[in-house]
Amino acid sequence: MAERTDLRHLAPAGRGGQPGGAGRRWPRRPGRSPIPAAGGEARHLGDEHGLGGTARKQWQLVLRRFVRQPRAVLALLVFALLGIGSTVMTATWRYSYTTLTNTIATVGQGGPSLAHPFGVDPIGHDLLAQVMQGTKEDVQTALLVAVISAFIGTTIGALAGFFRGWVDPVLMRFTDFVLAVPLLAILIVLGNVASKQSGSWLWVAIIIGVLAWTYVARLVRADFLSLRERDFVEAARAIGASNRRIIVRHLLPNAIGPIIVNATLTVANAIILESTLSYLGLGIQPPDVSLGTLVASGQGDATTFWWLFVFPAAFIVVLVLSINFIGDGLREAFDPRKTRVRA
Amino acid sequence: MLRRRSTDLTGDGGGDGTPLLAVERLEVDFPTADGVVHAVRGVDLELRSGEVLGIVGESGSGKSVTAMATMGLLPRSARIRGSVRYRGHELLRRSEKQLMGYRGKSIAMIFQDPMTSLNPVYSVGWQIAEAIRAHQDVSKEEATRRAVELLRKVGIPNPEERVASYPHEFSGGMRQRVVIAIAIANDPDVILADEPTTALDVTVQAQVLEALGAALHTTHAALLLITHDLGVIAGLADRVVVMYAGRPVEVGTVDDIFYAPAMPYTLGLLGSLPRVDTDGSERLRPIPGAPPSMLGDLRGCPFAPRCPIAEDRCRAVEPELAAVAGEHAGHLAACHLAERVRASGTPLFAATSADTDGDGDGDGGDRRP
Amino acid sequence: MAHTDATKGAGRTAPPPSPSTRHACRAPDLYDLSVLAYLLRRLAASIVILVLASMLVFVLVANSGDPLALLRLNPHTPEAVYAARRAALHLNDPLWQRYWIWFTGALHGNFGLTIGNQPVAPQLWSHLLVTLEMVLIATAVAIVVGIGIGVLAAVRQGKPFDVGAAFTSYLFISTPVFVTGLVLKEFVAIPINNAVGHTVLYTLGQESPNLSGGFWQRLPDYAGHAVLPVLTLVLVTYPAWSIYQRSSMLEALDSDYVRLARAKGLHPRRVLIRHTLRNALIPVTTVIALDFAAVLGGAIVTENVYSWQGMGTWFYQGVTNLDFNTVQAYLLVTAFFVIALNFVADVLYGILDPRIRYG
Repeated sequence: MAERTDLRHLAPAGRGGQPGGAGRRWPRRPGRSPIPAAGGEARHLGDEHGLGGTARKQWQLVLRRFVRQPRAVLALLVFALLGIGSTVMTATWRYSYTTLTNTIATVGQGGPSLAHPFGVDPIGHDLLAQVMQGTKEDVQTALLVAVISAFIGTTIGALAGFFRGWVDPVLMRFTDFVLAVPLLAILIVLGNVASKQSGSWLWVAIIIGVLAWTYVARLVRADFLSLRERDFVEAARAIGASNRRIIVRHLLPNAIGPIIVNATLTVANAIILESTLSYLGLGIQPPDVSLGTLVASGQGDATTFWWLFVFPAAFIVVLVLSINFIGDGLREAFDPRKTRVRA
Repeated sequence: MLRRRSTDLTGDGGGDGTPLLAVERLEVDFPTADGVVHAVRGVDLELRSGEVLGIVGESGSGKSVTAMATMGLLPRSARIRGSVRYRGHELLRRSEKQLMGYRGKSIAMIFQDPMTSLNPVYSVGWQIAEAIRAHQDVSKEEATRRAVELLRKVGIPNPEERVASYPHEFSGGMRQRVVIAIAIANDPDVILADEPTTALDVTVQAQVLEALGAALHTTHAALLLITHDLGVIAGLADRVVVMYAGRPVEVGTVDDIFYAPAMPYTLGLLGSLPRVDTDGSERLRPIPGAPPSMLGDLRGCPFAPRCPIAEDRCRAVEPELAAVAGEHAGHLAACHLAERVRASGTPLFAATSADTDGDGDGDGGDRRP
Repeated sequence: MAHTDATKGAGRTAPPPSPSTRHACRAPDLYDLSVLAYLLRRLAASIVILVLASMLVFVLVANSGDPLALLRLNPHTPEAVYAARRAALHLNDPLWQRYWIWFTGALHGNFGLTIGNQPVAPQLWSHLLVTLEMVLIATAVAIVVGIGIGVLAAVRQGKPFDVGAAFTSYLFISTPVFVTGLVLKEFVAIPINNAVGHTVLYTLGQESPNLSGGFWQRLPDYAGHAVLPVLTLVLVTYPAWSIYQRSSMLEALDSDYVRLARAKGLHPRRVLIRHTLRNALIPVTTVIALDFAAVLGGAIVTENVYSWQGMGTWFYQGVTNLDFNTVQAYLLVTAFFVIALNFVADVLYGILDPRIRYG
């Protein structure tokens, strides 16, 4: 699916947050405790750890919890390999993604070989070079989207949650708007405009980033709404801390876990959105390539020249899967109570 | 680790046939991401019909886990050893279906938090009637009629109307009464009450205890009353088990525990209890520090780090639960220095003050093995 | 409104509470008014959003270029024809006026003309039917599959089924719609068709051309065309729901009320269905409703892959042709469905959870 909030449903939705979208404003039922404790006694452990240490210890703890999950660590390695590997390969591989080689894909040839590990396309592009270039652009795009959306989302969410006032309703209305229409449809409209100006990955990243921040914003808002009522904010205010200081020094550090987890999942989502948009011809434009455009041009020959479809498609899936696993691992590392006692 | 016989605990002539409920050498471990938590490390209990047995201890002492294990309600990840028998029938390692016949009918349970223990989507009458129909072959109408009676019995005003109300329309104290009504719906022989008043306002606690007392009166059930509140125990219990770090550290009658404690921890608990029989100028005497982490293995007496009179052997060898010298056979304590504690009778713990607070924090910090 | 009656009727068999119990629960009539007010407020907010959204999109599309550029390219187009078309599309008017014309027309069900000089409305309805067939079947199947797998995975937490279901879910969640669709088309349907010797699974269009006969005679053909697109949409939609259902189930399984239900001595099946599942379904309804927009987004791609002439394809072509009236109509209808579904979910939430009624 092109756009989905799916994995985000699983992200920690704020303290005591109800799953299922903070955008819904039914009179909420009292939040149930998210603690799946073991009959009562084991549940104290997490708190003991959590409260005991300084901020630095917390990070060490998060790191320790992360590295304890083989799946997440493996996913991180795969993602790093793809990200760094594609950058290195585009610089060092003997063909560039624009090079027209002497081999072309015709009946019975052009498939993977020593010279062209991923094969070549019907006009002679080396597919490895193209897939590497596409991977690099996809990762760049997705990371930029995550940075843009996390920045906008955190800022707006923090303002709305902390000051409320007019920011809050405006944010919620905009969120409603984005929820009411398929995100992909808006992207298609924007992409159609943008792709006429420039088909560079930068533009694609910007239009996705500008639309993808609402989830972070709602998350941060919900977190801030509850955090601002807490005693330590009162205490900070009592000793004369400015609003800015309270937000930056007291509230943000407490909301950082969900933000990071969500930014990670945004990376995965952005790759899906970008490749879908590019597949539809409204994202990254030639001469640039993305995994989405590669799949689009490979689809017609998928049964005869299978490599044209399989390699770029597999790279998208592995890329997104690895990021999703990283996000999942981060969530467990930040919020272990959710998965504390396991069979 | 523990080699006590359960008969040691009863001593004073409880040997007339099989006990109603017998817990023997119960051990419960939870594997967690951080390691194995030894929540219960050897508990022996006996409950005779009609008696009220109190279990006291701080949170984390394993008292709730003991009750949950008895009902077979621990998470699947829990590793349970030992034995729990109801009238001689083993209850551990039984399937849900095998336990169906005992639960609610022979042994009923009251949970700690009435705000969460009723299903929010069904009316209270529905939930009581469901309990009745689980064990009795009656029509829905008849079950609802009995539900009204039960609500009346636990002191809900206007039970005919309130029977159709949903849990969220009740206050915490009222909800706990509903839970009590569910517990007594099938005339159980044993009621396990896991901190039944902890989550409630002080003013409501007495009313709920009253309802519980009325429930005992009508069912003649034995009660296993779990609490951290010695005040609750003093008013209701016949015998008391004090638990610390997953095992009993002192067992005796209410008088034993309140007037002749033989374990520093019990003494500490009593010191934390506000008293009305003194002139009121006396400060509370809290126990410094916090209970030990149950993660990994403990060495020595688990209370030693917080104990003001701990000696080297306390830190080296965990004392066994044994009869206190000079006491009747039913008074047991797990303390190397039981005799000295019993004899001294003076407060071991300093009154609340700034320096002990500081001490307490320091102790709490390095309690991990 | 009908839904308030439905809300009221949910399991409330008791006589209205007497005045003495008013402190705990408000009288039903008062309450129903507040729900009505709430729902109306929500509806009003939705309409405002809808109007604002349509303005935004209108401005965006109107500024993307000249929709009649193609016509211009043909040197044989008489200037008069060109001018007439511009006038028919109101292209000479100021933007706000063009929007106003569109807006008032839309209120009367008149969505204006396409750049091909055809009325939008008939096209809209025929494409909508095609898309609804796919989306509604897919949503229904995905709900059943997603909830079913989620429940089973929760009950068998940590067992092979759970692990396998989790991996499958993550795999499908990480696969873009167009990849899922293309894999099914190229590597599942075509081999199957080749093996059988004739086309069982159609990969092009929503129906065979020149189809005749009554509905029942045409049904197998529809089905053969619908299998793959529906499957594609199901595969990208169900995982999120099943993961969500699983965690919702686990939360319910670990709740005090389920522990109490077990402590009552109920049959395990009754505990599972009447207590665990019943409560675990409540949050999932919201998630499913909120995801409907995403399913419609997925339909755009699915229709593209399988060359269905549905709303998605129609919209996509509308965007690339700068056919602003088509784009507007699509967004309006889509938003209408999403908002309507959210509305239904709100009402359903109120029926499933009695606490909602008293705020």
